[in-house]
Amino acid sequence: MRGAPPLPTPRGELSEALVAALGGRGVTRCLEPDSAADEALSLWILYELHHRGFEGVDDALEWDPALLVCRAHLEHDLEARWRRRARAVVTPAQQRCEAGEELAPVFFDLCETDTGGGSIASFLQREADLDQALAVLRQRSIYHVREQDPSMWTLPRLDDETKAHLVAIAADEYGNGDPTRLHARMWRRGVEACGLDGGYAAYVDQALPEVLEQVNLMSMLGLHRRLVPAALGHLAAFEVTSAVPSRRVARGLERVGAPEEMVDYYREHMVADAVHEQLAVRRMLGSLVAHDPDTLPDVLWGGAVCLLAEQATATAVLAHVGAEQESAVA
Amino acid sequence: MSSRTGRATDEREVMLCADGPILLPGPVTVEDEDGVKHHSERPVVAVCRCGATGSAPWCDGSHKLVRRDAGPRAVPRPRRSGSERPLEDY
Repeated sequence: MRGAPPLPTPRGELSEALVAALGGRGVTRCLEPDSAADEALSLWILYELHHRGFEGVDDALEWDPALLVCRAHLEHDLEARWRRRARAVVTPAQQRCEAGEELAPVFFDLCETDTGGGSIASFLQREADLDQALAVLRQRSIYHVREQDPSMWTLPRLDDETKAHLVAIAADEYGNGDPTRLHARMWRRGVEACGLDGGYAAYVDQALPEVLEQVNLMSMLGLHRRLVPAALGHLAAFEVTSAVPSRRVARGLERVGAPEEMVDYYREHMVADAVHEQLAVRRMLGSLVAHDPDTLPDVLWGGAVCLLAEQATATAVLAHVGAEQESAVA
Repeated sequence: MSSRTGRATDEREVMLCADGPILLPGPVTVEDEDGVKHHSERPVVAVCRCGATGSAPWCDGSHKLVRRDAGPRAVPRPRRSGSERPLEDY
């Protein structure tokens, strides 16, 4: 596809084998990843075939059976790991719903679960210098160039009411018909004003494994019809945990003298996501669970995955940019 | 949301969110207490009910930083009791 990113630099045996196979230099070999970085990058590469593909790579490989087997193997491990990891957050919320409490307050409370680590937004607000802020933005770009794209895969699989509510949120994210207001475009404008590369997947070679895993989780939830409730739970939790942190980031970027275009991106999210969180939890999730109560556990699981994956990213990114230890406590 | 079925096509629905803002269909102009008009082109807007927003009249999620049990329109109070830090710093 035109404008697709180049293949990334391999980080181990599996990603090396995948890059070779995709580049037409060998057959697909489904090796065991030799590190967390190799595993996360390999899955990111396999998912990218479903997003935009790669420069010089045959688009038909999106549905190559050998690559799909390899993807399924990695996904199985990823899902099992995050089912285990999220259990402590999901169980109490599920018990409250089963005791008759409404979903909205339970879900908002779940999103305030103390995940026990530092916050990138608080670090940017209070302590980061400009170089550290830019280092954070480079890590964040892996997510922001796609924004809600993976959750759009759920659309054809939804009933009318939930579909309408998802589209209402998405329309705003995608600029309400104005490409210049598309959030991913506003992101690009912001980072380019900062002197960074606004290209799609520009910083994938620098992305921490936790950052790649965070976006891999979103691709996994979006691609599998079985996981639709979790994809929407994840999206809702993302919106719920966006408005207040966006205000903190905006203040931090103002403090370090970042360009207006970059600050504007976060100012937009302060207000937009305060609307989206209400629509996402009360209408989108509300209609989904009302229509099919069996979706509840995965809705909560998706929300918990969002929180815990952000915490894993935050811990890794704060260490990466050399945040002081005390700032790593929110 | 029980009134949703069978409403007239030009009827607008407004939603009061528990512990949160009021949702209004947009585009809309909101006149604040000082008579200043604020316009939004968004399809849905969230108007602050707790008084804690930094983006008045629009909600910016700050209701989460005030006590839930204070109720709408109560004076916002920081969640951590005894703290001298201003709300903005949370």
